[in-house]
Amino acid sequence: MSLTEQQYAPGEHPDLPAPLGEAGLIAWFKKRLFSSVGNTILTILALYFLYDVLSTVIFWTLIGATFVGETKADCTLGGACWLVIGDRFHQFMYGLYPKSEYWRPNVTFVLMIVAIIPVLFDKIPHRGKFLLFSTLFPFIAFFLLSGGLGMETVDSSDWGGLLLTLVLGVTGIVASFPIGIVLALGRRSKMPIVRVLCVCFIEFVRGVPLITILFMASNMLPLFLPEGVNFDKLLRALIGVALFSSAYMAEVIRGGLQAIPKGQFEGADAMGLSYWQSMRLIILPQALRIVIPGIVNTFIGLYKDTTLVSIIGLFDLIGIGQVAVADVKWRGLAPETYVFIALLFFISCFSMSRYSLWLENKLHTGHKR
Amino acid sequence: MSNANTNTSKKTDEVAIQLNGVHKWYGQFHVLKDINLTVQRGERIVICGPSGSGKSTLIRCINRLEEHQQGDIIVDNIELTGNLKHIDAIRREVGMCFQHFNLFPHLTVLENCTLAPIWVRKMPKKEAEEIAMEYLERVKIPDQALKYPGQLSGGQQQRVAIARSLCMNPRIMLFDEPTSALDPEMIAEVLDTMIELAQTGMTMICVTHEMGFARKVADRVIFMDGGEIIEENEPEQFFNNPQSERTQKFLSQILAH
Repeated sequence: MSLTEQQYAPGEHPDLPAPLGEAGLIAWFKKRLFSSVGNTILTILALYFLYDVLSTVIFWTLIGATFVGETKADCTLGGACWLVIGDRFHQFMYGLYPKSEYWRPNVTFVLMIVAIIPVLFDKIPHRGKFLLFSTLFPFIAFFLLSGGLGMETVDSSDWGGLLLTLVLGVTGIVASFPIGIVLALGRRSKMPIVRVLCVCFIEFVRGVPLITILFMASNMLPLFLPEGVNFDKLLRALIGVALFSSAYMAEVIRGGLQAIPKGQFEGADAMGLSYWQSMRLIILPQALRIVIPGIVNTFIGLYKDTTLVSIIGLFDLIGIGQVAVADVKWRGLAPETYVFIALLFFISCFSMSRYSLWLENKLHTGHKR
Repeated sequence: MSNANTNTSKKTDEVAIQLNGVHKWYGQFHVLKDINLTVQRGERIVICGPSGSGKSTLIRCINRLEEHQQGDIIVDNIELTGNLKHIDAIRREVGMCFQHFNLFPHLTVLENCTLAPIWVRKMPKKEAEEIAMEYLERVKIPDQALKYPGQLSGGQQQRVAIARSLCMNPRIMLFDEPTSALDPEMIAEVLDTMIELAQTGMTMICVTHEMGFARKVADRVIFMDGGEIIEENEPEQFFNNPQSERTQKFLSQILAH
């Protein structure tokens, strides 16, 4: 066929399928794994290595593991001894919360899911009413967990395990986000006093390790308070964690604010929107969208950093895990305990990460910057 | 002249904007030097001049996107000072279109248009949407109302920006080089929209290099250079008989092609 002669009239050319061997599963394997002798050898070596590692892992966690039994002596198969998890499961979940009151954390957990869903997803029927519930939820949860008004009071020092981790993590996340926004806006404010205050707070908090803040909150704060005034250790840890992560959050959000073109501020100004209106309606929605990965990163970091409270004597998942490991009955079962704790953390953190990906895609409106 | 101003001017004696001895500095740099300008209601003014001459800064001072340091600016009988209430009152009455449109990319076209009426004018959502659709029809893109700005062409975006400003029912419109960022084939559609707007009797100040537009609709053309108003005249006089040497040079440069 000569160059000038075309098979189809101009503009009529259909989309043809790609040539064989260029697309599809087999082509993919061939191209990436077996394209040359060297690559084939590497592939085989890698497969062998994978097999070696995976078979050991699967043996330890599943095939050679013991799931049924009473004591450590029943674990004879050579793999993990999961009995410790079953034996102490209630502690991993609730800490030292009184057994008869377990329904309260359970109800709180279910309500928490009901409260979180309308915040995360916007296409919920009657979202407004659910959101109202979400704002009331912290008070309901506090009342349910600590008791009072006819219910048995449970001291917060008895809260533990996953319950405590969730209380710390969720409260920290919920509190640090708005505080972070305010700090970020404050740091960019034209008012010198506001700006200086925000900068000082952020730089101070970022400059010290979380562990020192927790120590200060648990040991030093009582020294400065007047005698007789003593507030809850958990509350102090909560405030410490929330303030700590809000400083990081502020810097992440400031990054987003800085990425917004000046024209957006001017567009909002020219239309007569007030400062708070333009922030809430124009600037923040865009800035926060840009920094979703950073925000979720901070959330995940905060959630995992809550484990540090075990050092000031709170029994979160790690604290309870240490108790379990120290138990004579289950001596030497640290790997099982920590793998279980790691799994619990992984589930939460991985869900956060997936949610953030989903949200990024949803909020993408096809604009380029 | 075939190019002469064909639209009957709706100019009145009422003063819309008054600038008396306005000076502005960026640090040490003197951007605006003793600007005196009176704009009548219904008057259409085109400001031109080389880049860096202060023409954008001048119109941005009118709605306080830039702050002037000396002199008085009175817009719609309200004096522009640091008083936030005055600034808000003026911005409600003064619409502005930017070179880069400055549409809000996270909102649909319709939401862009209804945002200010709902939040600034406290208009019910339904009414704001009706008004927005009316203006979107006037700029000939009602079918794009539910799209996001990023999905539109530059010309369409600028027309949305014009509609968005008009939704606030402004008494004065400022245009800051509305066609400079557009592909040549899209300039015409935006200019047509602006010409239609001019015919409704809107008070307009346009910073633009579109001299055809200036000839067609302007009541007065202002030439700025080095932060000063060098010359102002009716378009016919301005183009055919420029008085100052600098104006002549500028015109010969931009009309050469």
